[in-house]
Amino acid sequence: MRMPDLTALLTATAVFTSAFAFTAQAGEVHVLNWKGYGADEPWAIAAFEKATGDKVINDFFNSEQEMLTKLRTNPGLYDVVMINAAFNDQAMSEKLIQPIDVSKLANYADISKDKAGSPMLDHDGKVYGVPWVWGLTALAINEKSFDKPPTSIAEMWDPAHKGRVVIRDDAVEAVQFGAIATGQNINDIKDMDAVKTKLTSLMPQIKTFWSSENDWNQMVASNQIDIGTYWSGSADRAKTHFKLPVSLVIPQEGAVAWLDAFSIPVGSKNVAGAEAFINYMIDPKFYVEWVTKVGAPVSANTKAVEALPEDAFNRKVMGSPDVAKRIQFQAPITDAQREAYLALWQQLKVDVK
Amino acid sequence: MAAQSATASRGGLRKALPLMAPAYLWLTVAIFLPLSAMVFFSFMTDLPLSGKPWAFTLGNYAAFFSQSLYLTLLLASLRLGLEVTLWCVVIGYPAAYVLAKVLKGRSREAIFLLVILPFWSNGLVRIFSWAMVLREGGILDTALNAVLPFKINIDLMYSYPAVIIGLVHSYVPYMVLTCYLTLQAIDDSLIEAGRSLGASRLQVLKRVIIPLSMPGLVAGAALIFVPVVGSFMEPRILGGRTGTFYGTVIEDQFVAVFNWPLGAALSFILLAVVLVILAIASPVLRRAT
Repeated sequence: MRMPDLTALLTATAVFTSAFAFTAQAGEVHVLNWKGYGADEPWAIAAFEKATGDKVINDFFNSEQEMLTKLRTNPGLYDVVMINAAFNDQAMSEKLIQPIDVSKLANYADISKDKAGSPMLDHDGKVYGVPWVWGLTALAINEKSFDKPPTSIAEMWDPAHKGRVVIRDDAVEAVQFGAIATGQNINDIKDMDAVKTKLTSLMPQIKTFWSSENDWNQMVASNQIDIGTYWSGSADRAKTHFKLPVSLVIPQEGAVAWLDAFSIPVGSKNVAGAEAFINYMIDPKFYVEWVTKVGAPVSANTKAVEALPEDAFNRKVMGSPDVAKRIQFQAPITDAQREAYLALWQQLKVDVK
Repeated sequence: MAAQSATASRGGLRKALPLMAPAYLWLTVAIFLPLSAMVFFSFMTDLPLSGKPWAFTLGNYAAFFSQSLYLTLLLASLRLGLEVTLWCVVIGYPAAYVLAKVLKGRSREAIFLLVILPFWSNGLVRIFSWAMVLREGGILDTALNAVLPFKINIDLMYSYPAVIIGLVHSYVPYMVLTCYLTLQAIDDSLIEAGRSLGASRLQVLKRVIIPLSMPGLVAGAALIFVPVVGSFMEPRILGGRTGTFYGTVIEDQFVAVFNWPLGAALSFILLAVVLVILAIASPVLRRAT
């Protein structure tokens, strides 16, 4: 009589757990994003939970590759995922994300037309990503080292800054930066040798390769660097939030722009909650609070940017038509390209040892 | 007689099994299985996880030999391993000797605690505190300039010496502990006998103490050399522009480009090289002990 008892017990447990799991998931929105990137701000989560009754559960990734792996290995777990537009195509073709019914998102109509219609996010007339924020990988300077902000990318090569220049430890970013410095299209680099030569001559200038916002801010705080590549949102955060002498420079040669967007994974158990969350993330009210309290990149929602003060950096500088002409948006790159860029980058790092 | 001892040992094994089982079960699950999976991955063109078609290949191992980059970095890492081990011997052995033979009682306990203290703090915390000490305008720079009458400029951060300092600090306790154990086991009367028979202090050290403590030195060196050759965190944070080593390249393959097969192949080449070095060194070291 022992065995049937045990089986019954196990079945009961299984039924109970699955029922429990089901009820637990109904009112939850599982969000996958970078850590400290808007979606996990406690005040934002509290406001969203109060408005909708859905509970937000955040999970994080440290690289786009990790994000894709998490989607592949946990089907059905996430309801919202933040994907760089350059990776949207890959996520869609691997059937990791589903089309979004944008009629459910009240704020979608206010998203600037060039971003909402981006071929990187829309496939076959269906929307696979809702543009959220965009920003630049440009230059930032330590204000203490400059009387007048430089205008050219060539400043990085100035012998006066030898040993006080930083660049991010990222092969794709480094190669695209080299493409801009040699006057090429970042998405269609014709002369790779020129990029290599240009970067080779930059390497002896470099103090270290940064990998996080914290690295950069620490080095400025202790006055160890003059200039380096930096993200626009981070430079803004360093200035407004951490009160550091940092200012962003968008060189006349141009800068690399990226677009971040929200998608809904295939198998999401709470699509309605996901839609509500995405709509909240592109809402002007959330955006203004995010910029004021923390510092953020530029919203893709034109109404949200207009809600900022006239002289706000994200409105005045990033929104100027002059800047729009200079920047180049990152397009998807293949795995083969990515590996080739890494090989080049590693070779450069070894040669300078 | 032989049969008898065989049955005895078999009985011993049966009795020992419950004691050994947890450790071996753990080793199988936590080390052997993932490691075999990695061996498997290293022969594949792509991960099955990524949903793309994959096939078996030797290409990942061939990549090591097709580019001079990996060999250059491997040699740099081996050199780093040797230098760090050497400094650990230079710093750790005298400390272990003092602990084992000179200090007694309370003071020994106190010094011992100081030696193993780094073990209790997180590795990342240790590295970041070194970053504060070593940089220009950091603690070391400020302190020396406050004391010295002339102005000096110390900026060790983001350099090869910074990597050495960080790694030696992390690994020197291994050397102290292994040497301490063997030094403590040396009977003091052996040292006294040597001295009374007319040997100088240096001769006693060379003929008695070092040979008898050799097993500790060798164990410590192996414990330090192997992880240092594959280290990536310390070089990346403290090394700056010069911080590219074999370990950091492997990390890039796993983290930056998601090329696990190449990363795994590079790891196993490192494992093979380290095993070969230990195999070549072992007869020499055994003779020394």
